Amino acid sequence: MADINKCEAVLGIPASEIPEEWFERLSDEEKDSEFVAMQSKTYFQDTWAQFKKNRLALASLVFLFILILAAIFVPMFSPYTYDGQDLMHRNAGSSWQHPFGTDKFGRDIFVRVMYGARISLSVGFAAALLNLIIGVVYGGVCGYIGGRTDLILMRIVDILYSVPTLLYVILIMLIFGSNIFSVLLAICVSSWVGMARQVRAQVLSLKEQEFAQAAFVLGASRTRILFKHLIINCMGPIIVNTTLMVPEAIFTEAFLAFVGIGISIPMASWGTMANDARSLLMLYPMQMVWPVMAISLTMLSLHFIGDGLSDALDPRKR
Amino acid sequence: MNGGHYVEISHLDVIYDVTKGVFSPKQLVHAVNDVSFTIEAGETFGLVGESGCGKSSLGRAIVGINKPRSGDIRINGQDVTHLHGRSLHDFRREVQMIFQDPYASLNPRMTIGEILSEPMVIHGLHRSPGAREERVTELLRTVGLKPDHVRRYPHEFSGGQRQRISIARTLAVNPRFIICDEPISALDVSIQAQIINLLKQIQKERNIAYLFIAHDIGMVKHISDRIGVMYLGHLVEVGDSSEVYFHPLHPYTKALLSAIPISDPDVGKSRKRIILEGEIPSPLNPPAGCPFSTRCPLADEACRRMPKMQQFGSHQVACHHVNQSV
Ligand SMILES: Nc1ncnc2c1ncn2[C@@H]1O[C@H](COP(=O)(O)OP(=O)(O)OP(=O)(O)O)[C@@H](O)[C@H]1O
Ligand SMILES: [Mg+2]
Repeated sequence: MADINKCEAVLGIPASEIPEEWFERLSDEEKDSEFVAMQSKTYFQDTWAQFKKNRLALASLVFLFILILAAIFVPMFSPYTYDGQDLMHRNAGSSWQHPFGTDKFGRDIFVRVMYGARISLSVGFAAALLNLIIGVVYGGVCGYIGGRTDLILMRIVDILYSVPTLLYVILIMLIFGSNIFSVLLAICVSSWVGMARQVRAQVLSLKEQEFAQAAFVLGASRTRILFKHLIINCMGPIIVNTTLMVPEAIFTEAFLAFVGIGISIPMASWGTMANDARSLLMLYPMQMVWPVMAISLTMLSLHFIGDGLSDALDPRKR
Repeated sequence: MNGGHYVEISHLDVIYDVTKGVFSPKQLVHAVNDVSFTIEAGETFGLVGESGCGKSSLGRAIVGINKPRSGDIRINGQDVTHLHGRSLHDFRREVQMIFQDPYASLNPRMTIGEILSEPMVIHGLHRSPGAREERVTELLRTVGLKPDHVRRYPHEFSGGQRQRISIARTLAVNPRFIICDEPISALDVSIQAQIINLLKQIQKERNIAYLFIAHDIGMVKHISDRIGVMYLGHLVEVGDSSEVYFHPLHPYTKALLSAIPISDPDVGKSRKRIILEGEIPSPLNPPAGCPFSTRCPLADEACRRMPKMQQFGSHQVACHHVNQSV
């Protein structure tokens, strides 16, 4: 009502009597501006929208999701188990009963690959996740605080880095016994260091940038500056490092299983299955192919996801 | 308020420790050396000096990016060098800073909307999302950008537009004092004037005080009420803008002014070109006594002592030979 009165005061005529020719059409751009404002407005919404556009990355994500579901549910509903031997059907090829065939004890390889996925994927993802959290926070804090604190914390990292992984494994096994958790712990202890170093180096240079100083002057807390301004800007290397961590952990687990540390027969991981198949490689190569294919496809899809993610996270690449 | 000045800086020292390695001898850069001056509310104080003379260090000390070694900074009667917690957080709303490099001063991974609403999030202003959105739109309009720019990212803008966004970001907290650290030196000449005009207009509307840092004294004269001239960490001359520009007293100020091309023939005639000899000394190893003595045409025995800041008419000058012509 106030507006209408104002209109009358300014123009000298009531609002309802404004002649039609006084109105102007909105340009398309002006019309759009209302509409555009409804769409995603934050960096993370944009990142997700961008990620979805990358078909390969999205397909990889779906594949991994299905693999995880299969690893959980297939062993529950399958008539076979990872250690159920059927000596009548040893080294069988693919069939309806055994899609991936059977191994030298007549165990169903498909079910064993699914059991193996439980171990391998858990180890891989857990290692990558711990590596991500510990490495990023440690490196970020070192780089951000700097000075003497950084010096001391990074010397600790150097010392940890100089100890061979196998030594950690032995020490940790002595304390926690030979199980999958010792293996996970050993992998993490020796691997987060690389991530920490990388993140520290990036944060060290980013914190001198003016946008970080502007955030400081605006009164942003240290945590806010570290995560929302510094670490977000080194997501590229962090993602690459994390996706590489998964296969690395899978292989380390396989290697440790091979030397008798970690899971023990008849339990299966992809690594131990590949190892078991070695002796019969000339006769039954397919027994090797299935677990190796599982590892490769996982690696490949992680690689695509990582690629898509680091592209989607960088607005300049959109 | 003591003295009644809005900003009062006294005997400020900023020292960087640039010692390399743990066992080498200490190396200190005395970037700001015993600097004192005042700024009134709503006033523009221009700070000029060659690259490396400590202008940014001074500005950064005022907003607390680096801690001064000694000295006092009082803003609105409050000693801001010893603020903590709540009062420090509130002080952040009083004083803001605009940076030199428009390409580095905006986080590349935030939308303009996020950049402009962050100050409000930090200080709990305009709490509802709708109110924030409205405020962001208003800020964009103030600095001459379109509201639908909120969804874009910094890399989609030109240098001048980014500097406008930086200005809008500082305005989000309604500061009364903005430090402009060479806000235009990275921009095209044609854009420079636009940004200067925007800053002036904002100042007129909101009565904001500026500390305007630049190395071009001509530009500084144009927008400042008063000018301070820095050399090697020292403030060597302070005075009203046109006084300093047309009647410089310190030999360094005279040299600076003689170096710029003059379009005004009256001024040009009265001004002799002074060519400074030698390099600017390293701040790691400054000369004893007057900092300018190694290059000053008037330097003599007296200049072995550090000159005090003294009042000459409306100027304050730190020189033993103020009344001699160069
Ligand atoms: N973080 C730092 N660590 C060590 N020395 C520094 C640091 N920042 C600046 N300096 C030194 O302090 C002195 C003053 O630098 P400052 O950046 O304040 O100069 P400036 O007048 O702003 O120069 P410019 O016009 O180039 O911006 C220089 O000698 C510089 O090398
Ligand atoms: Mg500077």
